[in-house]
Amino acid sequence: MSGKLFVSGDEAVALAVRQAKPHVIAAYPITPQTIVVERLSDFVEDGSLESQYLYVESEHSAMCACLGASAIGARAFTATSSQGLLYMVEGLHYASGSRFPIVMMNANRSLAAPWSIYNDQRDSLSELECGWIQLYAENAQEAYDTILQAYRIAEDPAVMLPVMVNLDGFVLTHTYELIQMAEQEKVDAYIPYRNFCNKLDLEKPKATCITAGPPYNMEFRYQQHQATLRAAETIRAADREFNEHFGRSYGGLLETYRCEDADAVLVTLGSVAGTARCVVDAYREAGKKVGLLKIRCMRPFPAEETAAALKGAKAVGVLEKDVSFGFEGVVHTNVNSALKEWNVTVPTANYVGGLGGRSISKADIAGIFDGLLSGSLNASETAFVNLRRDICGA
Amino acid sequence: MERPKADLSYVVEALPLGPAFETGQLHDVSSGMRTFRPVIDTEKCVKCLRCFLVCPDGAIDKSGETLEIDYDYCKGCGVCRRACKPGAISMVKEAEV
Amino acid sequence: MALNAKTITNQELFYGHKACPGCGAALAIRLALKVLGERAIVVIPPNCMSTVGYIYPHMPVFVNSVIPPFAGTAAVMSGILAGAEAQGLKNYHVVGFAGDGGTADIGLQALSGMIDRNDRAIFICYDNEAYMNTGVQKSSLTPYGMKTTNTPAGKRIHGSQTSKKRMFEIVAAHGIPYAATASVGYPEDFLAKVEKAMNTDGTSYIHVMAPCPTGWGTESDVTVDIGKEAVDCGLWYLAEYEGGEFRLNRDPKEFSSAEAYLKAQSRFSALDENDFARVLQERDEAWARMRRDWKK
Repeated sequence: MSGKLFVSGDEAVALAVRQAKPHVIAAYPITPQTIVVERLSDFVEDGSLESQYLYVESEHSAMCACLGASAIGARAFTATSSQGLLYMVEGLHYASGSRFPIVMMNANRSLAAPWSIYNDQRDSLSELECGWIQLYAENAQEAYDTILQAYRIAEDPAVMLPVMVNLDGFVLTHTYELIQMAEQEKVDAYIPYRNFCNKLDLEKPKATCITAGPPYNMEFRYQQHQATLRAAETIRAADREFNEHFGRSYGGLLETYRCEDADAVLVTLGSVAGTARCVVDAYREAGKKVGLLKIRCMRPFPAEETAAALKGAKAVGVLEKDVSFGFEGVVHTNVNSALKEWNVTVPTANYVGGLGGRSISKADIAGIFDGLLSGSLNASETAFVNLRRDICGA
Repeated sequence: MERPKADLSYVVEALPLGPAFETGQLHDVSSGMRTFRPVIDTEKCVKCLRCFLVCPDGAIDKSGETLEIDYDYCKGCGVCRRACKPGAISMVKEAEV
Repeated sequence: MALNAKTITNQELFYGHKACPGCGAALAIRLALKVLGERAIVVIPPNCMSTVGYIYPHMPVFVNSVIPPFAGTAAVMSGILAGAEAQGLKNYHVVGFAGDGGTADIGLQALSGMIDRNDRAIFICYDNEAYMNTGVQKSSLTPYGMKTTNTPAGKRIHGSQTSKKRMFEIVAAHGIPYAATASVGYPEDFLAKVEKAMNTDGTSYIHVMAPCPTGWGTESDVTVDIGKEAVDCGLWYLAEYEGGEFRLNRDPKEFSSAEAYLKAQSRFSALDENDFARVLQERDEAWARMRRDWKK
């Protein structure tokens, strides 16, 4: 199947997964889930996808089933969101530590309590340390393309790590856009199934997820860290090759948009980058030098590229849909650490927005740019965007 | 005796990719856990194989003419002695062997 | 051909492990793997057996293995099975070995899911009646009156105050194709049940009593005998569930002394006359029910 389709972000993911032909799909339908796995079950039912589809009783088991499948060399897929992601956290560490190239879609949604079914990114950003490569998509097309890239990255023999593809809940998962489908033969050529070098083997038995005591444990961890760092080059290569095959590219780990001579740059990730892009265009038209840095990959973190992109700016704002309570947004922490590491001195300010589905409008982003351009940054305080100050004692 | 042998000289030179490793490799023995050693009196042994069946360590080999104990992996638990109806197995203190 | 000491293979597939001397669980796994053979794919969650079986680089389990998350034994088994099926692998058996806690407590949800899917895999619960790997703590399969490190036996409270969960019947209630109880004290019976499980088209479950000298407070040499004694005194039982029906494999006319069984183990040292009476009453009620409702 190729050509253009008008689909939701969820459907875009499901279509890409069908083309990636995973051997095994395991998913739990709730806590919460998206219709990605429903569409995949449709594909299995109508025969257009030959995957083994496992109906599991929880996200913990969904991830466990993927661990088992990947252990025996099967290409595996699951999807989750929010609480469900947190319920499978134990398995996330097993997957990365065991170097299982599982691909998972996560619909970014808020965490309880208080309960909310709406979008923010506190779920995945709270799991930066679980060893998964974390990619964030801006729109349905990028979501579709990133799923295909994710298999290319995960199964690269130099990487062999799981990849989490994040889509903003509702904003991206439930809205409809036109996407360009890839031709199946090209997908097959882009992500051919390769044997996993660490898989179980009936002819030459192996044990996996084994115990490594103090004499060896740290060395396994070092190798895992190195592989995750190395993945950065694979992510760039995957994006370049994707461009060669399909004519679309996303800059690898990050994308700079009109940053070259920008005085103020907004750093963000996910769907809000699309809104920011519009504001940047409007400001540029008005002669204001602003730019956008869209982080596409939070792990491995593109520290050097981030620092290079922000080097010329006079002020940097980091807008993110999460907060590490008692400190600041974690993306801000990462960006600042990158700047420090690469000796870039530029004032940064942190903007926490969109928690629990609070919308972030063009006006909100314009307000951030105005603040950055004014030269009167309050870098020490995390600003909550669009906060109803009157009812929360702010 | 048909029992796997330990390679005690094995040294890890390069870790595998992730904690996945070929099974069936023995790089240690269990004899240090033993205080008493079971000894089979082959005259009394009727080869009922009860000891072979119930050994938690599989340390009794039944492939030969007589039963043989792999003392590298026998821990001296004594399950075999209690299982031996003809009384062909005695437990001997290691220091007195 | 009946499986017994003469007919089972001399080849060992769980060999050189570091389990305590006289470990009942190690015996259960050793025997099961003799039946299942070299193409078994073993899933053992964090417990004594995975601890003694997979410490890099000493690898005494001679078959393909995965250590899954504690709660996820059955789900990992299903994933392996699905992955193997999808790749067209043939002639293999996926088997899980979880302890009483890894089965009846934290592993129960995933096990229930696997039975619901009727995945063709064998789940073996080796029941040593407490969390032994972490130093003997109570599980839901710990019997009444057992002294553990979190159910201490003092003057006021005599150890665990709950009785064993009826795990075999919980599994059967799923409508599983094959389930059985066993004991390392009756090894031939266990071997036969593993073989039956191996040939079952769907999920199978075996609950094997596996005495633990360390946690039970017994000498290392009595493991097999005390496993048999548990059955003979009626505090454990040998049964099967097949085709929707329960069957008692052993229905002793007379039980041996349960009191003697309990007194032989230091874990029950705090039991008094009232406790013994309670244990016997529960035993007799259970047997009355099994004899009434189950085939013999």
